[in-house]
Parts: sequence; structure tokens; C-alpha cells
Amino acid sequence: MTIARATTARREHVHRRATSRDRLIAFLMLLPSLAAIAIFVYGFIAYTGYISLTNYTTSRPDLTFVGFDNYAQLFNQRRFQENVRNLIVFTAFFLVTCLLFGLFLALLVDSRVKGESIFRSIYLFPMAVSFIVTGVAWRWLFTPGDLEPTGLNLLFERMGLDILKARWIADARVWPNIEVPGLKVRLWVPLAMIPVVAAAVWQMSGFCMAMYLAGLRGIPEEIKEAARVDGCSELQVLRHITLPLLRPITLSAIIVLTHISLKTFDLIMTMTGGGPGNKTEVPSLYMYELRFSQFNTAGAAAVATILLLMVSVLIVPYLLYNRRAQSVER
Amino acid sequence: MKKGQKLTRRQALKWMGLSAAGAALAACATPPATAPVAPAESKPADQPKPSGGKLEIFSWWTNGGEADGLNAMFEVFRAKNPGVDIVNATVAGGAGTNAKAVLQTRLAGGQPPDSWQVHAGRETLSYVNAGQLEPLTEFFTEQGFDKVMPQFLLDQLKINGEIWTVPVNIHRSNVLWYNPKVLEQAGIEPKFPTLDSLWAALEKLKAAGNVTPIAVGGKDKFEASHTFESILLATFGVEDYVKLWDGTDTMWNDPRAAEALGNLKKLFSYANSDRSALGWADAMTQVLEGKAAMTIMGDWAHGLGISKGLKVNVDYGWTPAPGSDAFMWLSDSFGLAKGAPNPAQAKAWLEVCGSREGQDAFNPKKGSIPARTDPDLTKYDDYLKAAIADFSSKPLVPSAAHGAGTTNAYQAKFHNTLEVFSSDLDEKAALDSLKEAAADNNK
Repeated sequence: MTIARATTARREHVHRRATSRDRLIAFLMLLPSLAAIAIFVYGFIAYTGYISLTNYTTSRPDLTFVGFDNYAQLFNQRRFQENVRNLIVFTAFFLVTCLLFGLFLALLVDSRVKGESIFRSIYLFPMAVSFIVTGVAWRWLFTPGDLEPTGLNLLFERMGLDILKARWIADARVWPNIEVPGLKVRLWVPLAMIPVVAAAVWQMSGFCMAMYLAGLRGIPEEIKEAARVDGCSELQVLRHITLPLLRPITLSAIIVLTHISLKTFDLIMTMTGGGPGNKTEVPSLYMYELRFSQFNTAGAAAVATILLLMVSVLIVPYLLYNRRAQSVER
Repeated sequence: MKKGQKLTRRQALKWMGLSAAGAALAACATPPATAPVAPAESKPADQPKPSGGKLEIFSWWTNGGEADGLNAMFEVFRAKNPGVDIVNATVAGGAGTNAKAVLQTRLAGGQPPDSWQVHAGRETLSYVNAGQLEPLTEFFTEQGFDKVMPQFLLDQLKINGEIWTVPVNIHRSNVLWYNPKVLEQAGIEPKFPTLDSLWAALEKLKAAGNVTPIAVGGKDKFEASHTFESILLATFGVEDYVKLWDGTDTMWNDPRAAEALGNLKKLFSYANSDRSALGWADAMTQVLEGKAAMTIMGDWAHGLGISKGLKVNVDYGWTPAPGSDAFMWLSDSFGLAKGAPNPAQAKAWLEVCGSREGQDAFNPKKGSIPARTDPDLTKYDDYLKAAIADFSSKPLVPSAAHGAGTTNAYQAKFHNTLEVFSSDLDEKAALDSLKEAAADNNK
């Protein structure tokens, strides 16, 4: 008994020494990439933050500290207010539609249809396409074509559904166009944003489906079976068992989709370029113009910092939540 | 405990893999060492003919006639300066937006190309202010360029009393392109000396109802402002129009500014309503195909006509934009970088840019006219011949939408203001933002 305990203790001791050496090696292996990330990611983020507080607003580098002037200027601009409104509208619509669509597709595919993997691939496929390609293709679909209809309007015309023809990406209206005292921008939904959301959903709902599908496969059949035995209808099973168990998946999907949508640039750049009249312009597009057309480096850095803050407001709680969940598991 | 340690080891392995990936990513992130920062083969700047060495020319001329023209100019350079290795640093993308972005990063990093493309005129101001260009006034006198380029142009090239770039070509911005058959059918004579004559014609076309009276784009962001500058010229007249771009907002407080916006709004009422979804080329194509009667666009639209195999004055016609027969110019030019790695070669390049031979090699291919008044006319087609004649006889005024009269910052805001106006038609908001942006014409 005693001998046995001593052996275990010695084995543990050896083991611990080995791991501490392992740890050192691992740390040394990590060091180069840590250094690179410290400089190329965090260093530059800090530098961008610093630039946003300076007077570097022309092509001449001028690093005089001006405090939050650039931020104040941005928030006072009708254009930037519009950008933020557009981004919120885009994110909200994109997120909700994408989640619902993804869940719907996942439930369909999960219902043990024949050729399930083919459907899965078909739905997932748009994700393989670059946002640039999506933007160019959907731009054509959603061009109203006043002289001769193209894209969707042409389709509707051929089908005799003239009532469905719309102005799509050329529609400059904001609906319901509410004026808010103190804001230079009118709320709420810029109609030209809807086609853009449609294109983004087309591209990303397959990804959402894949996530939900993985989640659905992780739900033990016994639980559902038990509920059915207890007399639950399929709808009740979905509502009280499946959906609650999918909550962590939904959370992850929200994080991934939201940070994609906050950073979106390529899709909107190719599809509308921010038009008509800034109705689909988002901060990332404005940032590009500020830096590379207006040569206003500090202004662009301020936009970048605001975007980073928006993303981190979302990501940091998620990371903390994940950490807690992991330590509980352990 | 044991379990935990096992996990740690697995994690360590995972982290090692991740760190390797991270290092690879970091390697990608480091700027690729493409731009050869040629170790300055410091030849004295006054040495006339450099033999050997390198020359880096930065431009956004990457397609069709532009690239052909640039190469033709390179040929002229090579014949005169054998042994100089030309590095053709082009960045694709219309109107040079992408190229300007790349150039900005290079200038910020202190690695300028020897000479880069910039719209002549006020657009050079930001480079001048940042101390990135060498003055070329003396060079102009040395080479005699000041005697072969119109005085109007030389005056408008001057910033802070100096000339900074050598213009290689001239484009005309205020041209109205029309479909002769459509106008003939409607019984309209294609001459619009006043805005009123334009309104009458547009009204007639609208009443006939079978075509769009005037096609306007918006997708490329400059179509609305491009149309507006012609309207401004018509509303203000030559002298006061030039004052719009002097860096003050006095002219924007003039009642004619609001009147010009009113005129543009009126023009838009005869235009297609899907402006934001059409590019200038789409608008011009509609004119060429007879679906629209006319469009106001720079003379690169002529290049589009040629590329479709059509004949100017037969399949499509042109006339100065309504209300003024002045020549609104814009120009591509090259400057000399301060701290250029190869100054002697760069000067030899600028010599070619301003020479008759260089300009006559470049312009027929690019579809523009030389900035000199002594070109070899046999090399140019009918439209370009007429433009050459107008260039040396009509008053010259700078284009705002294309940088001759505006800095980069002002230009960007000018484009955006008019793009917004094209969809909102809010005259007060547009005027306010134009006034506000006017201050940017000094930076």
C-alpha cells in the first residue's frame, strides 16, 4: 500500500517535471509569433488609436495631439450618422434573416430526406463564393433598368408580375423616414439596403445552416423520444427541446455573423458602392474614402477605432462567457 | 490532476501548430518587397543624358489605349536614353482610386516612385503641401514648354507660384454627346448655346416620349458632379466659374450657386431615375444605341464609341455642353518626386512627357489631345482635330470633377455631395455641404 502510494507520487513528480519542460519549449515556440502579433496586430491597433487623436488630416503627417476632435467631427456629420444608421439596419436585418433561414434549412436537411448531403452542399455552396462575386452578380439582379428591365425586374415582367417590380438598389427612400431632433439623419430603413441584405443572407445562410446542423446532431435523440412518449407534438418538441438546446449555437452564430456584418466592405462596395446618395454606405466604406480620397488619415483612424470598439463590445463579453463556461467544465 | 495535465500537453501541441500558422500569417503581413527602392545611383541632377540606371514610373494606365499610349511613350524614352531600365509600376482601377491608395502608402513609407501620374492642377496641392514634389517652373523654361503650352493652362497649373507637373495630355470635360438620328427625328438641331435651348430640346424629347431625353450615370460616383460642373460653367460664365475653385467660398455664397443646383435638378427631371445604378459608360451606350438622346461626358466617351466600331459625326455627334463653348480641361501629368531615387532619369522622363514626340506618341493611342499647341495633326482623328483647334482658340477653364480645379479632399466631397443630390434633390443640403467643403481646396 505504502509502496504503491510512493510510486504514484514519484511518477507524478516525474510527470510534473516533464510538463514544465514541455511548457517552456511550447512557450519558446510561441515567442516568435507572439512577438509578430504584438507588433503587427496590437502595435498597429494602438498606433491607429493614437493617430485618431492627432491632427493628421491632410497628406502632411502632423502628429499634434488634438484629443477627440476627429471623433466629435465624425459624429456631427450627417454622412457618418447615416453610415451608423445603415450599419445598424444592415446588421439587424442580416442577423435575424440569416439565423431564421439557417435554422429553417438545417431543420429541413435534418429531417432525414434522401440525398441529404447533396442539399447540404447546395446550401453551403454560396459561402465558397467571394463577396466580390456575389456583389457584382446581385448588383445586376437588382438593377432596376429604367429603359430596359434587367435582372429581377425583367423576370417579373416576363412572368406578368409587374406589381413586384421595384427600384431595388436605386431606391433612395428611407422608410418610415422619421426625423429625430438633434440627429442630422432620418430613421429608419433605407430601402436600397434590403437588396444588399438579401445578397448577404444568400451568401451566409448556408454557413448558419451548417452550424445549426452540427447543433442538431448533438441533441440526443432519447430526449426528443422521451418528450414524444410524453405526448408532445413535433412543434412542441421543437419549441421546448430543440430550440433551447440550440441556444449556444445561436450565440456563436450571432457573434460570427455580427462581426462579419460590422466589418463588411467588399459586398457593399461592389454592389452599390454606398449609393444611392450614401443610403447603403457603411463606416468601412467611408473610412476608405477618408484615407485614400480625402487623405484624412486621422479621420479614417477614428472610424477604424470606432469599428473596433463596436466589434469588441460584442466579442469581449462572448470571450469572457466562453472562459467561464470552459472553467466550469473543467 | 492527471487529466488536466494531459489536456495541457494536448493544448501545448495545439498551440505549437497555431504559433506556426501565426508566424506564417505574420510573414504574409509584412509588406512584400516589390517596389524596388533602387539604391540611389546618385547622378548629378544636371547631367542631361543618363546612361543606364533605373526609372520607376507609377500610373493607373493598365488597359487598352492607355497602356498602349504609355508604352509608346516608353519607346520614345528608350530611344533617347538607351540602357535605362524602366520599371512600369501600374495599379489597375478606373480613375486611379486604387493607384492613389497604393501611392499614399508608398509616400507615407518614404519610398516614392521617381515620377507618378497625377491630374494636373489643384489636385497636386496635397503633394506640394506635404513636400513630396519638386518644383518644375525652371525646368519648363529650360525645355521651352512655357512657349508651346497655352498661357491659360500655365496659369492654372501654378500652385504657390510654381509649376509642379508636366501635363502629357488634355481631355475635354464639357462635351455633350448625342444620337444624331434621335435628334433628327425629334426635329432638334444639335446646338445648345444657352441652357434655355437645352430645356426646349429636352421638353420636346420628353413629349415625344420614346427615349430618355438625357442619360446620366452615378455608379462611378463622378457622373453627377461631372454634369454639374458643365452646368456651373453655364450658370456662372467663364470668369466667375474659375473663381469657384480658388480655395474660398465667396462664389458659393453667390445666388448663382443655388441657381446652378436648380438647373441641375431640372436636368435630372429629364434624366433616367436609376442614375445610381448606371455607370457613365452605360449612359453613353444608351445614347449610342438610340435609347437615350444625349449625355454630358468627357471625351473619353469618344473612346467608347470607337471601341464599339462606331464613327463620330455619323453614328454619334458631339457639341460643347450647353451654355458655354469654353474648353473645360483636365489633364494627366507627371511630377518629379522629392527624394526620387533616380532624379536624372526622372528628368529625362519628364522631358519626353512634355516633348512633341512623346505627346504625339501617347495621345492618339489614349484618345486625348496633347497639352502642346503644335501637334502633328495627321496622327489625330476628326474629333481630336476639332478638340485641338478648340484647345488653342477657346478660353480654358479647369474641370473640378477631375482634379484640375480641386484638391483630392475637395474632389471627394464634391463627388459625394452631388451623388447625394442626384438621389435626394435637396438643394439646401447640397449647397451647405459644398460651402463647407470649399475650405478643403487649400489642403
